[in-house]
Amino acid sequence: MYFRLKMTLEQTQASANEADLIKRVCDGDREAFYELVRPHERLVYATALSILKNPADAEDAAQEAVLKALSHLNSFRGESKFSTWLVQITYNEAKLKLRKDRPHLYESLDKQQQSEDGDYWPKDFADWRPIPSELLEECEVRKALVNAINALEPIYRQVLILRDLNGLSIRDTMAVLGISVSNVKSRLHRARLLLRDILAPGIDGYWKIERSYSKVRPW
Amino acid sequence: MATIEISCVEVWREISNYLGDEIPAELRERMEAHFKVCAHCTAVLDGMRNVVHLVGDGRIFQMPQGFSERLYERIRKAP
Repeated sequence: MYFRLKMTLEQTQASANEADLIKRVCDGDREAFYELVRPHERLVYATALSILKNPADAEDAAQEAVLKALSHLNSFRGESKFSTWLVQITYNEAKLKLRKDRPHLYESLDKQQQSEDGDYWPKDFADWRPIPSELLEECEVRKALVNAINALEPIYRQVLILRDLNGLSIRDTMAVLGISVSNVKSRLHRARLLLRDILAPGIDGYWKIERSYSKVRPW
Repeated sequence: MATIEISCVEVWREISNYLGDEIPAELRERMEAHFKVCAHCTAVLDGMRNVVHLVGDGRIFQMPQGFSERLYERIRKAP
């Protein structure tokens, strides 16, 4: 109860700060805009990366999105959180960039957006013991994870990045992707199961034995 | 009252919602009873929990070096 109350107070405080910063930006204070955006830099970058899969392109799209947010801040009505609005702009900006630079990939992304999500059953039943967080300090492990995430089809990768990496709520994820609650849930479910199957052979000790981990499964 | 059994397939279908605490209490109870006796489903649950933990850690995607500085410059120079 105490923690919930504390969180609510912190959220209220954060949104009051945000409203104050937005007002200052609208009054011409450019520094305030950087302050407003700074806590969400990683969110913006990861969202762009989930579509473009290339760090340089993701940075370009992230910068363009932030500048677009600056020029349209007057139209932000506060109906959603500022971070959700910013992610939505980034998502659209990254898709625009993909369409412009790599139209063949954009077409496949667009086609998949309309596809139906059938059931997916786990393929690997290896026993995963709890993973120590320190594992992520190892470069090989991070690389294997990024490869595994990149191996997911875009519709699954995007939901996973928004929900599990960026911590967006189901409602915010719906708003950004323009899909239903049940689609958010089913795609997230499938993304997690797929990722688990891709990573399972490495998680059970392979990463510890081999110098490089490249056994990412194709499914 | 006895818990109504649930199949592995039904467990797999709901496992993500179970982790997110987005299922009715009655279903949660049935799934928990199932996990106690099914090593496969427990392995799937542990694996998915680990995936959520690893992805949510935030360290997997390193920001490019100098990202903040370059962004700040773009903001500063924007018309």
